[in-house]
Amino acid sequence: MASSNKHKSISYAKWGYIFILPFFIVYAAFQLYPMFSTIRDSFYEKITEGLLDLPERFVGLENYSKLFEEGDIFSYFGNTFIIWIIGFIPQIFISLLLAAWFTDIRLKIKAQGFFKVVIYLPNIIMAAAVSMLFFAIFSDIGPINEVYKNITGSDEPYQFFAHIASTRIIIAIINFIMWYGNTTILLMAAIMGVDPALYEAAEIDGASPSQTFWQITIPSIRPILIYVLVTSLIGGVQMYDIPQIITNGTGSPVRSSMTVVMYLNNQISVGKNYGKAGAISVILFIVAAVLSLLVAAFNSKDQIAENRAAKLKKKKMKGAMKI
Amino acid sequence: MTKLKRVLCGTMCLAMAGSMLTACGDDSSSSGTNVAEVPQKKEGNEESKNTIKIYVWNQEFQGLFRRYYPEYDAVKSNYDTEKHEKKDTGDDFLKDGKKVVWVVNDNQGNNYQDKLDAALKAQADSEDKVDMFLIEADYALKYVNSGYTKDLSKIGITDTDTAQMYDYTKQVATSEDGTLRAVSWQATPGLFAYRRDIAKDVLGTDDPAEVQAALSDWTKFDEVAAKMNEKGYKMLSGFDDSYRVFSNNVSKPWVDENKKIVVDDALMQWVDQTKNYTDKGYNNKTSLWTDPWAADQGPTGKVFGFFYSTWGINFTLKKNSLETPVDKGGEEKVGNGIYGQYAVCEGPAAYFWGGTWLCCAAGSDNEDTVADIMKKMTCDKDIATQITKDTQDYTNNKEAMDALAASDYASDFLGGQNHIALFASTAPNIKMDKTTAYDQGLNEAFQDAFKDYFNGNATKDEALENFYKAALEKYPTLSK
Repeated sequence: MASSNKHKSISYAKWGYIFILPFFIVYAAFQLYPMFSTIRDSFYEKITEGLLDLPERFVGLENYSKLFEEGDIFSYFGNTFIIWIIGFIPQIFISLLLAAWFTDIRLKIKAQGFFKVVIYLPNIIMAAAVSMLFFAIFSDIGPINEVYKNITGSDEPYQFFAHIASTRIIIAIINFIMWYGNTTILLMAAIMGVDPALYEAAEIDGASPSQTFWQITIPSIRPILIYVLVTSLIGGVQMYDIPQIITNGTGSPVRSSMTVVMYLNNQISVGKNYGKAGAISVILFIVAAVLSLLVAAFNSKDQIAENRAAKLKKKKMKGAMKI
Repeated sequence: MTKLKRVLCGTMCLAMAGSMLTACGDDSSSSGTNVAEVPQKKEGNEESKNTIKIYVWNQEFQGLFRRYYPEYDAVKSNYDTEKHEKKDTGDDFLKDGKKVVWVVNDNQGNNYQDKLDAALKAQADSEDKVDMFLIEADYALKYVNSGYTKDLSKIGITDTDTAQMYDYTKQVATSEDGTLRAVSWQATPGLFAYRRDIAKDVLGTDDPAEVQAALSDWTKFDEVAAKMNEKGYKMLSGFDDSYRVFSNNVSKPWVDENKKIVVDDALMQWVDQTKNYTDKGYNNKTSLWTDPWAADQGPTGKVFGFFYSTWGINFTLKKNSLETPVDKGGEEKVGNGIYGQYAVCEGPAAYFWGGTWLCCAAGSDNEDTVADIMKKMTCDKDIATQITKDTQDYTNNKEAMDALAASDYASDFLGGQNHIALFASTAPNIKMDKTTAYDQGLNEAFQDAFKDYFNGNATKDEALENFYKAALEKYPTLSK
C-alpha cells in the first residue's frame, strides 16, 4: 500500500527546476543585479577619481537633466546611427543577393558549403582584431596608402583617420564585413522556408527570375527581413569595440565617430562618474527596449494572421458589394 | 502590456527603495587627501610573505632588475647573463628563495592605474599583498599624496642613501607631510635628438655644439625648420613632438586651487607653432608612439629630429633606428640602419619628460626586500654607473654621472658623443613644481583635441571646447 502511495507522489518537476537553476543564478548575479544597481546609480552623484572615493549623494533626476542640457548625447546617437546606416545598406543588399543566388535551384552553385564558411568567417574573428588589422591597412604607412601614392603620384599619404567621412566609412565597412555573413545565413534559411510550389507555379506561369524575387521571395521573407533590420539596429545602437579601437577611444576626428557606448565608457575610463554613466545606460536601455518591443510586435504570428484575415475580409466585402 | 508595466513599476520601486537603504548606511567613503598610511585589516599569508609582487606597465624595470639587482638568482630564474634575457616565461627568484611576481598591465587608456588602484584599495583586506609598484611623473602626486604609499624613511631609506639623487626626483615624490614616498633610478632631462647626416646636408655641420647654437630658441628653430623644408626634409615627425617642451615651461599648474582647469599660454604657443608647421608641411602629421612615428626614426625617415628624454635614446630611438631589428638577427652596431647617425643637443628650451619612480605599497609584507631593491637600484653608485655604461640611460646619481661626464665615455649610437656630459649640466636645473595629479589625463586630452585643429577639422575654439569635454569626462570633479 505504502509503495503505491509513493509511486503516485513521485514528481520529476523539481529536477527540471534544479537543472535550470544555474542559469537563473548566473543571470541574477551578472545581469539582473548589475542592471538594478545601474538604474540606482543613475539617481546618484557617485564619483571615484583614482584612489579617491567621493561620498555618494542622491540627486534625483539631475544626471538626466544635465545629459539633456549638454545635448552631446544626441549627437552621439546621431553618429551611431549614421555609421550603422552606412554599413547596413550594403549589408542587406549583398546578403539578399547572395542568399538569392545560393538558394536558386536553377543556378546550382557548386561548393556552397565552402562559400558559406568563407562568408561567415569574419564574424568569428574578434572585432578588436579586425579593427587593428584595418587600422594597420589604412594607416599613413599602410598598404592602401602605398597604392594611393602609386596611383596619384603624391608624396603625402591620404590620412584616412584624420577625415570624418573616411573614418566613419571604414568603421561601417568593418561592421559590414563582420555581419553580412550572418545576415546571409539568416536570409537563406528564410528563403528556403518558402513553399517550393510557389516557385514552380511562378516558373510555369513564365515569371522572370527578378519577378519571382520581388513578387514571391521578398513578401514571403518579410518577417525575417524586419527581424534582421531591427536586430541589426539594436546591435548598431550598442556599437562600441570597432570605433573604440580605430579611434583609440577619442571618437576622433572632432568626436564624429563617438558612439553612445563609447560616450558611456568615457564616463568610467579615468575618473569614474558612475551616476552619469548610469543615466546614459538607462537611456540606452530604453532605446534598445523600444526597438526590441518593435521586433516582438512585428514578429508575432498572430498579428500577421490578423492582418491577413483583415485583408481577406476587405476583399470579401468588396466582392459582396459588387454583387 | 499591463503585465509589463506592472513589472517595470515594481522594478523601479525596488531600485529606488534599495538605493535609499544603501545611501543611509554608507559612510565609509572618504574625501580629500589623507597621506596617513592605510591601516591593514588582514595580514598577508605565508605565500604572500615569500612573494615580492610588483606592479609595472612595461618591461623596462623588469629588464634592469634582472640584469643589475645583486640578489637576483639568475640560475634559478633561468636568466641568460650573457644575452641579458630570460630563457623562459617562468617566475623570477631571489637568492634567499623568495619569488618575484610581475603584474604587467599596459598603460593604454588608464588601464595600468585602474588595475593598480583596485589592487591598492583591496590591499587592506587581502592576504596577497602588493609589495612594490611603479609610477610615472605625470601622475606621481596621485600616489605620493595618498595613504597607499609607505614613508620610505620608515623602511630604512635614509637621507644619506638619497643624497646623490637629483633634487627634482625627490621633490616630486615628497608627499604633503614632507616625507619621501618614491625613488627613481633615472633623471630625465629633455633633449633634441637629431640626424647627423641631415644636419650636415642642411646646416653644414653635425657638431652638437654648433647644431645647438642653430636651435637655441624657438625663432631659430623655426628658421631651421624652413631650411629643412626647402631641402625636402621634415623638421619634426608629428604634432605632439614638441608638446613637452612647451608644457614643461608653463607658468601655472594645470589645475588651480579651486580645481579649475587652467590652459596656460605656453600650451597655446604649442598649438600655434604646430598649426603653422602642419600648414607649411614642416611635420609628417604623425602622433607619438604610432607606427608611422616610429618609422620616421628609422632608415627610411626624412625627419630631422625628435624631442626626447634620456630614456628615449636607449628605450625607443635605438630600436627604431635599426634596419634589421634585433629579434630578426640584426645587431646594435654602426652599419645596421642609421645606428650611429644620431646626436643629441639641448634644444630650444630646457624641459624634462617622464621618469619612473618606485613605491613601496602600504601593507607590503616584504618591506625589507623592497627597501633593499630600492637601495641597490636607485642609490648605489656602482650600479648606477654600470647601468649608464651598458644602456646609455641617464641614472639618478649625481656623483656617478659627473664622473662619467668628465671621463672619455662615448656612445656608439650617438656617433661617439658623450651625451652624459650634456645631461649632467642640464639635470640639476630641472624643476618639477608645476605638476598636478591630473597631468597625464589633461596632457593626453589636450593633444588629442587639438589634432582636429591641426588637421583642419575644427576651429581652435571648437578644439578647445572638445578638450574641456574630454577633460571633464576624465576628471568629473574638475571644472572649466
